[in-house]
Amino acid sequence: MTDQSCVAEESVLSFARGHRLQHDRVRDLWIVQAPEKAFVIEGSAPHILQLLDGERSVGDIIQQLANEFSAPREVIAKDVLALLSELTEKNVLHT
Amino acid sequence: MTLPSPPMSLLAELTHRCPLSCPYCSNPLELERKAAELDTAGWRSVLEQAAELGVLQVHFSGGEPMARPDLVELVSLARKLNLYSNLITSGVLLDETKLEALDKAGLDHIQLSFQDVTEAGAERIGGLKGAQARKIEAARLIRASGIPMTLNFVVHRENVARIPEMFALARELGAGRVEIAHTQYYGWGLKNRDALLPSREQLQEATRAVEAERAKGGLSVDYVTPDYHADRPKPCMGGWGQRFVNVTPSGRVLPCHAAEIIPDVAFPNVQDRTLSDIWNCSPLFNMFRGTDWMPEPCRSCERKEQDWGGCRCQALALTGNAANTDPVCSLSPFHDRVEKAVAEASEKPELVYRRF
Repeated sequence: MTDQSCVAEESVLSFARGHRLQHDRVRDLWIVQAPEKAFVIEGSAPHILQLLDGERSVGDIIQQLANEFSAPREVIAKDVLALLSELTEKNVLHT
Repeated sequence: MTLPSPPMSLLAELTHRCPLSCPYCSNPLELERKAAELDTAGWRSVLEQAAELGVLQVHFSGGEPMARPDLVELVSLARKLNLYSNLITSGVLLDETKLEALDKAGLDHIQLSFQDVTEAGAERIGGLKGAQARKIEAARLIRASGIPMTLNFVVHRENVARIPEMFALARELGAGRVEIAHTQYYGWGLKNRDALLPSREQLQEATRAVEAERAKGGLSVDYVTPDYHADRPKPCMGGWGQRFVNVTPSGRVLPCHAAEIIPDVAFPNVQDRTLSDIWNCSPLFNMFRGTDWMPEPCRSCERKEQDWGGCRCQALALTGNAANTDPVCSLSPFHDRVEKAVAEASEKPELVYRRF
């Protein structure tokens, strides 16, 4: 599934019930807790997911990251939308 | 010496007491009595030590964990410790008030077990009159609460043909996930193996039903196959002492819920030693950890770090030696014993029910 239309810049996303982002202090990893499993997230994903507060839109988050890292907005947008779309398809996130 | 990786999940068997008497119960044949159970302070200490050690998820199980009056307190503590809490329940003791208290305490997920889709089938396995209606009511309450819910169906030769109806019930009740788990043949299940083990044809039909449901989408399906029909073993518990720790009602600490059958080894207890010491240093946890203990054909097998030699309890039950290769593996010199069990399974109506 490569269709990313489910997440748009104006979407406001949050973790679905039963899912949460957590820092694993013992292993020094970021994980997403989910029903009867936990998966490790790496790279820029933990940073992006920490910005999901149920209020800011995806576009706001992209803008903030673009400012923070002085990176081209379209590059950031591609990564952010890919991650958030994937997690929405897996029902980890919802609008 | 480097310490082993810490466990990911804790199965907290709060009690062996249960209103049901399923003949494939995962509890040991020798059930622990109420008087032997850890008290609330004992379980609080287990949770604190587990979180400290690196456990991420705690599965409150039993018996029926709702038989413990301190369940809400323990769920609340799990939440405070940032442990993901899962309640594995039959649902027959659940009501709106109790569910609300669990919800407020921060329960993350509920796995609700069903024995069948028909009342007659469910009562034949669980042995409790009226259980099916109570489970359906429990599912409705859970759905209304918004707590994510997985329905669990244990399947065997008597109900395996009704897998499509199990999926239909899961959709009707609004479950996000459904687990179709073939009976595992340890303890009570092994005692009843001849009556429960499905035929190869039944297994193929079951697998087709699961694939058809997955293709429809909208329902997440976990499928646990019966390894007697496989020719390579399952990576039991993700490897002995690698990811999983089980604490029994009386505080014994085990690498899997069936491990108490292993002979000639002491079963450490959280009342005597810390969880960390038991996990890292006890002879029980180290006896089959990693690959050094392996005999041939495992030792030189390229899959040895994938399946970890399969299941120690199954090796013991079927070959008499827990250190043998799991006989499910077609490379095991004892594989014929598994084939013989499959050939000899038959319609044998007498089930032996778990009883105290």
